Amino acid sequence: MKLTTRLIRNLLAGSAALALTTAANAADIEPAVVFDMGGKFDKSFNQGVYDGVEQFKKETGLSYREFEVTNEAQREQALRRMAQRGANPVLGIGFAQAPALEKVAKEFPDTNFAIIDMVVDLPNVRSIVFKEHEGSFLVGAMAALASESGKVGFVGGMDIPLIRRFACGYEQGAKHINADAEVIQNMTGTTPAAWNDPGRGGELTKSQFERGVDVVYAAAGGTGVGVYQAAKDAGKLAIGVDSNQNYIQPGTMLTSMLKRVDVAAYNVFMDAKNDSFTPGIQVLGLAEEGVGWSLDEHNESLVSDEMKAKVEELTSMIKSGEITVHDYMSDNDCKVAG
Amino acid sequence: MSTSNIELPAWIEILLIPILNICMALFFAGLIIFAIGENPIDAVRIMLTGAFGYDEGVGYTLYYTTNFIFTGLAVAIAFHARLFNIGGEGQAYFAGLGIGLTFLLLDGMLPAILLIPIGILAAALFGALWALIPAWLQAYRGSHIVITTIMFNFIASSLMVYLLVNVLIKPGSMSPETREFSEQSWLPFMHDVLSNFGIEVTRTPLNMSFVLALVCCLVVWIYIWKTRWGYALRTAGQSEAAAVYAGIKPKRIIIITMCISGALAGLVAVNEIMGVHHRLILNFTAGYGFTGIAVALMGRNHPLGIIMASLLFGVLYQGGAELAFEMPKITREMVVAIQGLIILFSGALALMLRPAIVKIWLAIRPIPSTPDMGGQHG
Repeated sequence: MKLTTRLIRNLLAGSAALALTTAANAADIEPAVVFDMGGKFDKSFNQGVYDGVEQFKKETGLSYREFEVTNEAQREQALRRMAQRGANPVLGIGFAQAPALEKVAKEFPDTNFAIIDMVVDLPNVRSIVFKEHEGSFLVGAMAALASESGKVGFVGGMDIPLIRRFACGYEQGAKHINADAEVIQNMTGTTPAAWNDPGRGGELTKSQFERGVDVVYAAAGGTGVGVYQAAKDAGKLAIGVDSNQNYIQPGTMLTSMLKRVDVAAYNVFMDAKNDSFTPGIQVLGLAEEGVGWSLDEHNESLVSDEMKAKVEELTSMIKSGEITVHDYMSDNDCKVAG
Repeated sequence: MSTSNIELPAWIEILLIPILNICMALFFAGLIIFAIGENPIDAVRIMLTGAFGYDEGVGYTLYYTTNFIFTGLAVAIAFHARLFNIGGEGQAYFAGLGIGLTFLLLDGMLPAILLIPIGILAAALFGALWALIPAWLQAYRGSHIVITTIMFNFIASSLMVYLLVNVLIKPGSMSPETREFSEQSWLPFMHDVLSNFGIEVTRTPLNMSFVLALVCCLVVWIYIWKTRWGYALRTAGQSEAAAVYAGIKPKRIIIITMCISGALAGLVAVNEIMGVHHRLILNFTAGYGFTGIAVALMGRNHPLGIIMASLLFGVLYQGGAELAFEMPKITREMVVAIQGLIILFSGALALMLRPAIVKIWLAIRPIPSTPDMGGQHG
């Protein structure tokens, strides 16, 4: 949380002076957020958003409306109900909400909408997408640096393009460091239950360890908790995802791949409050500090200075365009340059 | 257990006992809501007005009801043949694939008048096909239908993820779904149909498959109780030995019944894919197949009971969503708990009150005429 707060402050520093002067006379807004199926306490993607909007609530004292969907049809219903109740802006979480949000945003042209993880091209919608492959590339490189066996593991939730993007970036990072690195991948399941199945996550991790893996990266929502536990039990290393998850198993979490959905969600609400909401597409990668990796008191002993230097070098190379991380979703194919 | 043989008048059996069960469930749900510091009376009021209070609520309630009628009927018809089909989820999912493949192939070429019946048939056919394999394994290899149908749910979901992510995905799309089907393949929405008659209602997912569901109820009722096939089905369910003695082939009954059951479950895909989403997506079944088991239990495997039970679940789904909107303290997990209590009291503990009611009834009933021991006549 501390890290989150700090980053938010940093990000806002530029506009803070302006924000403070306008905040006083900005009308009170009633923002709303519609969480997706994982639920707001998934310790990962949705919870990142939850942290961001809670931060907004704490700082401004403004409350927000929220809803957690439980089936496909509820997305549209929830978004429309929020708009009907006068909520503004309305924030939809996850790519699956895009068709529903597009429909509702057309019905309420005077309401501002925002969506994370997908692009909805309308004049009243802000679309925020992340370059998960860049962040995953960095943690893949770290995994390969930390691995003694040359084998690193990946545990995904469901086998969908978004998760393949994580896996593909990770593999590229690992192979950048060690061209012979072997990346063993498993997906947890084929139903949404896969996002919240720590038991199965743990089993998959154990079997990867038996095959020689010694660092494993989880991109599987709540399932990750089981992966980190298995790594702790076996004395191996794990890498968290989305939120900073280093605290979950201090000492065996190599790092976490950060996807700053909290900052994105916070900014949507804060911009609306400050009357500076802008529609359009925001692509947040390493250069925008939308993705990254975490270093805190729980993992500082695991990250050597050498490793840190290497990762920082890679970061600046990606930022400058010297390295381009292939995006799985650009052609639904993973080309790993060896 | 002596009271279980005593026949109660129909109004007690299908009206009074279910209502008392629901009241008990609501009472315990009320205690939980009270315990977390909300007003249970307000909660019930929000749930009911959310489900019935305005046209949008009614639309969503009936939209959910449609799904539950299909899966409830699917479970019920199998149950009359003593088959426990818990594969409704997979059958509905696979039926969605049937619709998807058909429309991806044909939707630009045919008019609505042909496309819609073809889509419905494809759903029924694929649903039936997904039930046929477990049925065959049960009939000819003795593999237990409960195990095989539940396994087939997993096979269906694996297959769908594979196909949608790798094969059928709209090129360049981030989310695993097909392209949108052409408008000729859409089932008309109820708000559009009603506006043709000059009645304006809010747009909701409710579509013409609701009518299809009611027709299915009638057809299933006629099939089970008014046809020779239905007689054979019930006989085989009651006693296989007697069925064989009467010249009925139980293996054939298993196959036919499961195919009908799978086809009915498959119609969920008509409501979801042809009626609402208009493209093939992942997880559109959202547990309706499993809830169908509770619906059939509560509805006593009778189409009329299934309509009522489906309506109740529709109210729980829509009213529950409304509750989560209005009372932030009531999370979706709470809503599931309340739904669980209602299933517990009206399904699992359905007969808990019966002995007591029988005693009361025996004490106050009018003088009985000769008890009818004849039962049903073929």
